[in-house]
Amino acid sequence: MPTKQALTGAEAIAYAMKQINPDVVAAYPITPQTPVVEYFAKYVADGVVDTEMIPVESEHSAMSACVGAAAAGARAFTATAAVGLALMHEIVYIAASLRLPIVMAVANRALSGPINIHCDHSDAMAERDSGWIQLWAENVQEAYDFTVMAYRIGEHPDVRLPVMINFDGFIISHGVEVLETLDDDVVKNFVGKPIKMYSLLDTDHPVTYGPLDLYDYYFEHKRQQIEAMKHVPRVFKQVAEEFAKISGRKYDLVEEYMTDDAEYIMIALGSTAGTIKHTIKELRAEGKKVGLVKPWVFRPFPKFELQRILNGRKGVIVLDRSASFGAEAPLYEAVKSALYEVAVRPQLGSYVYGLGGRDITPAHIRQAFEDAFKGYLIADEERYLGLRE
Amino acid sequence: MPELKGWKELPIGGIIVEPGNAKQYKTGTWRVLRPVYQPENCIHCMQCWLYCPDQAIVVEIVDGKPKMKGYNYYYCKGCGLCANVCPRSIDPKTKQPAPEEKRAIIMRPETDFAEE
Repeated sequence: MPTKQALTGAEAIAYAMKQINPDVVAAYPITPQTPVVEYFAKYVADGVVDTEMIPVESEHSAMSACVGAAAAGARAFTATAAVGLALMHEIVYIAASLRLPIVMAVANRALSGPINIHCDHSDAMAERDSGWIQLWAENVQEAYDFTVMAYRIGEHPDVRLPVMINFDGFIISHGVEVLETLDDDVVKNFVGKPIKMYSLLDTDHPVTYGPLDLYDYYFEHKRQQIEAMKHVPRVFKQVAEEFAKISGRKYDLVEEYMTDDAEYIMIALGSTAGTIKHTIKELRAEGKKVGLVKPWVFRPFPKFELQRILNGRKGVIVLDRSASFGAEAPLYEAVKSALYEVAVRPQLGSYVYGLGGRDITPAHIRQAFEDAFKGYLIADEERYLGLRE
Repeated sequence: MPELKGWKELPIGGIIVEPGNAKQYKTGTWRVLRPVYQPENCIHCMQCWLYCPDQAIVVEIVDGKPKMKGYNYYYCKGCGLCANVCPRSIDPKTKQPAPEEKRAIIMRPETDFAEE
């Protein structure tokens, strides 16, 4: 029986990990991720799980410990944010390149400088080309659900890639929401035993991880990673379908909200999608045909889904919670590139918002929609919501 | 060079699944100079074998004593250490470098053997 609980996002992820009972959790504290591993450490201390908890001396070591554990065939987990993720950067690439299905929760936070601890997507965007699968949660429920689903996606023999669960720092990590949790044995059965491949502890089949790989083979190994990403949409859909059977909640590569007859569609990642849904309801009450598309999966990028949904609409507004200095904002750039090939291209607008935790309100979202209603969207112009001029 | 495999044939992630396969790795391809053995001048002192940083000196035991038998060019990188430590490289009387025909090991440019 699913149970309703009031938990923070951090607690919900720790709760899911308790139910999964991973072999190894390596952790280094960094705001706003810290409560995830704090809650989990309590489960370890209380003997609720038999996880090997490794408190390391930096995030670089946390990811390194996860790489070692996963190469040994263990289920490994860690959580981080912002500069912690940036410090991991080197090993983040290694985890993906060695094809290790590690799961990492990232409480999205601004990158320095100046120092800022609040929500922003620049940390995850800096890792978008690292070869990790990126899932993006809108709320506590989705953060919990993706944690339950993550190992099934990453460990699939056609995939073998690490999975990053993005959940907005403070907004989701520290905000308390009511969510539905599944029973321990339901999660246990769903997640199952780890699918081990090339385990270092399998002494009957000894393997070497991470040898030198120069110009004669490196390219081929990168091509394999590209191929693995191509399998992710199919595997994600399979896992999501099975998850729907145990939870009643259906996930896909993207969520469509009131898009059927929508003339104007907004696209955003993470918690802001909730504020957009609220604003869409208000605008719908005024007779405006508006909708939302929220990528649940950002890597691999759901290009074909966006082409199908956005082809022929009047206007598409992309909201980014990170900037790309000297270029277009990352989500906008990807959407714009996807729409190059559609039959009828919509008008496109790029809006950067909420950097460093700046509030995003329904009024801001309405302002962007109103630009679209007036036909005032310019594909090459980046605009800002909530910025003082 | 052996035929290189395509991306579909390789184990993922650069993982080596065959133990001990460094044996198949030919390490002698860096060589610029090749040591050439002149057995008629060799005194089988084994200095070359002792100093060789790889496994390039072939030794055979004859009547309980080691005998230098030449080179395994599969491993030899042409560092010339063997020729340098060889006592027959120095003329014992003059203490000057010995003429080539008196030496046990001489270094020749690899290009001289290009057709092999």
